[in-house]
Amino acid sequence: MSLSKLLERIAQLVPVLLGVSVIAFTMMALTPGDPVQIMIGDQAITAEQEAQLRHDMGLDRPMVERFFIFLGNTTHFDFGESFYHKRPVADVIAERLPATIELSLVALVVALATAIPLGVLAAIKKNSIFDRIATVGSLLGVSLPGFWFGILLLMLFAVHLHLLPVSGRIGFDSEVPSVTGFLLIDTLVAGNMKAFGDAVAHLILPAITLGLPMTAILMRVTRTSMLEVLRQDYVTFADAKGLSRRRVLFRHALKNALIPTVSVAAIETGSLLGGNMIVETVYGWPGLGRLVVESIFLRNYPLVQAAVLFYAVTYVLLNFVADLLYTVLNPRVKL
Amino acid sequence: MKDALLEVRDLRTVFETRAGRICAVDGVSVAVRRGECLGIVGESGSGKSVTFASVMGLVKAPGRIESGTIVFDGRDLRGLSPRQMRAVRGRDIAMTMQDALTALNPALSVGEQIAEVLEAHDETLPARGAARRKAIRKASIEMLGLVGIPSAETRLRQYPHEFSGGMRQRIMIAIALACRPKLLIADEPTTALDVTIQAQVLELISDIRAKLGMSVALITHDLGVVAEHCDRVMVMYAGQVVEEGPTTEVIGAPKHPYTQGLLASIPRPALRGQPIHPIEGQVPDLIGLAPQCRFYSRCTQRREACLAPVEMRAAGPAHNARCILIGGDEE
Amino acid sequence: MSLAAETPAASETILRRNLATFTGNRLAMLCALIVVLFVVMAVFAPWIAPHDPNETDLFRRLQPPGWMAGGEWSYVLGCDALGRDILSRIVYGARISIFIGIVVILVATTIGILAGLAAGYLRGWVDMLISRIVDILLGFPYLIFAIGLMAMMGPGLWNIIFALAYKEWVIPARVVRGETLVTRELEYVEAARALGASRGHIMLREILPNVLSPVIVVATIRMAHVIILEASLSFLGLGVQPPTASWGSMVADGRAFMLEAWWVSTFPGLAILFLVLAINVASQGLRDAFDPRFSE
Repeated sequence: MSLSKLLERIAQLVPVLLGVSVIAFTMMALTPGDPVQIMIGDQAITAEQEAQLRHDMGLDRPMVERFFIFLGNTTHFDFGESFYHKRPVADVIAERLPATIELSLVALVVALATAIPLGVLAAIKKNSIFDRIATVGSLLGVSLPGFWFGILLLMLFAVHLHLLPVSGRIGFDSEVPSVTGFLLIDTLVAGNMKAFGDAVAHLILPAITLGLPMTAILMRVTRTSMLEVLRQDYVTFADAKGLSRRRVLFRHALKNALIPTVSVAAIETGSLLGGNMIVETVYGWPGLGRLVVESIFLRNYPLVQAAVLFYAVTYVLLNFVADLLYTVLNPRVKL
Repeated sequence: MKDALLEVRDLRTVFETRAGRICAVDGVSVAVRRGECLGIVGESGSGKSVTFASVMGLVKAPGRIESGTIVFDGRDLRGLSPRQMRAVRGRDIAMTMQDALTALNPALSVGEQIAEVLEAHDETLPARGAARRKAIRKASIEMLGLVGIPSAETRLRQYPHEFSGGMRQRIMIAIALACRPKLLIADEPTTALDVTIQAQVLELISDIRAKLGMSVALITHDLGVVAEHCDRVMVMYAGQVVEEGPTTEVIGAPKHPYTQGLLASIPRPALRGQPIHPIEGQVPDLIGLAPQCRFYSRCTQRREACLAPVEMRAAGPAHNARCILIGGDEE
Repeated sequence: MSLAAETPAASETILRRNLATFTGNRLAMLCALIVVLFVVMAVFAPWIAPHDPNETDLFRRLQPPGWMAGGEWSYVLGCDALGRDILSRIVYGARISIFIGIVVILVATTIGILAGLAAGYLRGWVDMLISRIVDILLGFPYLIFAIGLMAMMGPGLWNIIFALAYKEWVIPARVVRGETLVTRELEYVEAARALGASRGHIMLREILPNVLSPVIVVATIRMAHVIILEASLSFLGLGVQPPTASWGSMVADGRAFMLEAWWVSTFPGLAILFLVLAINVASQGLRDAFDPRFSE
């Protein structure tokens, strides 16, 4: 893809990102309840102090002007002050982000590592018992409500069998100094294998719960595209060349079949963001998702607004990456 | 046949579909001699491609070979294990497909697609390491040169879509011929090409056949191509062979009404101004065929005797046709 | 009779043939039947539920299901922390899930069809505007968008419907726009245009019947999603407010008693799973029958 085409695609993102910001702004700006009152809480202050506060927060200006101030602040990551934490929103989010990213990445890896082999196998053994089980399994996977499945896993493996921890990212006795915020890395940096194992144990159930719907979807996509590819002339031609079955399946068929899988995976990574709120709530995972849910009940609106915007921007960018991946992997598609 | 490289006898290949059983190849016998070019002619659905897919062991489900023998170079191919069959494919028998655009893998470089055949079959290569890679590269460049692709060295890294249609066809031929096979099955090698390039590709196949001394089975629906390039020709209709013989005889004096019809439907410069005569009607549905002559419904010379099964009859020393009009013992 | 008038009739027979294909698929029919049973359960909840769903009885606090020690068959699935009958709450909870599912899909599909037809048929600035809005709304992960709206509006039945439909319509809109772009070029539409039919007539009478099949398929698949989304919002405490029974909030209620009373969370979750799974299987049957392009 040429640079100019790439720039054109990036330029197309601008109106979408702008629209997303408008919605994120109005969503919170129109929220009933006076932010000043919420911030004051039950402190006793004078009317002048209140007016001053309102002025400081820019709430006495017209809506349109407030939007542009909001947009300007956003570009340098100034999302205002978190009412609850009494700290800048950006700091609070940054602090919670590694936990969410770590969980999402592990879920993504788990999903890809199970979905692709299962999908390929189902396609190769089309209409076999295995294929049928896999099809039923994937239907079940998209039909399971994540919050309920998470609770079932918790009840079984943590509460009753005591095999895995109930909540959090790591046990109190395994805490290690934070370097990257990613516990899988930090525990290894600290050279503490016991803590690493503990972090892994804490990750297992949340990662499975979060990754399950994605696994189901990716498996179906892989199966369908593999079946499609196996019908292609180039697979017959590869067979006619007398190549080994392994080479025909993996080098010729799979390489093409994975093109849709990878771009769907990028899009679905975006939907992991939504799943995070549920999974982090179920497993008491101290990430951004749970922070947002808590903030809603604390009426900590600047934080909710920033998080909604953050999620939306990430989602738009992931879809953009999905598009790019599709192009890069597919030498035929020239933009 | 004495000097036959490939000899197929009574081949039956069937497809079990939801609509019923389709006998795509029904008792076909065919021989390809060493060094000759055999043309196989017929409309789509006549079974010509399925016959040779059966030879290659590439009939896909729900199709399967029901009966018959396939002997290649003294070996019974139907008795081989899948692994042994893979060793024959690409090394002894190679195939090119109709459209190189779909036959070449879009996601792999041309170099890799040539190299992998050599990798799979060529036993003269050094066992491993840089020497092997170098030898494969050298052989690949040589093959591309052989089929007339200029600056082969730089083009190995390119992908199929970066080549023109004619070039892609040449690349596919280069891949098929990389291991110097004894038999090349060329399935409609010109259908997907422009007229000007068609002739080039056919010339190329003929040249290489002479150079390598291999046999070619040229599957086509174009009798003109056959007249120019084939030593012998076999005409297929609805899963059966209806006529076979030396090209000059079959084209000069066709015995089967179907072959006659095919020839009459070709526009010829010599007959400019005269109407051409397409064959009326359509190929019969292969499900639930009656035992009669399969061309019956479209034949201009049909009679009652044609409603009984018709066997191949000798129309000359090496010329046979499946028609009761031959030999004069019609009722 | 004009050519233009004949084609919708032809599409009606296609619809009928598709329906016949669908009814021939036994598994899909079974699942459709299960969905119907859920709907019947929701509609006739007061007659089906054995108890008042909101009647608390502290003597029955966390009473186990009927077949377990300490259980009673008249409270077959056991009771929650307030001693309310879980089965009765599931029966009443179906009302919330199904009502929200149906209303959201009806509203979203209606808006989506109108927007998609307008964008695909009128083109020009209308298409630009609608497509931009669709792109922007697609820029939000669904659940986060709904959570954001619920945070703003506060909980409540109609707020949930608004929060879900706000984004849901873009999905049928995209489908209809794509189909309309193809259909508007077909001969019979050209013929209707040549005969001087109004734009409204062409869109609603000529094009709409032909794009309906994929819309129906998409609508059923999306219904399953909407039901899970509603349950997720209720689980997070952003759905209908207590004491109204909803499946998501019932699962949430049981979290605190995982150790001693597994049944509180398990049964309402199973209800969601059954309904959603049945809708998914039935809609896959619909898709195979109505839109063979997508079947494998």
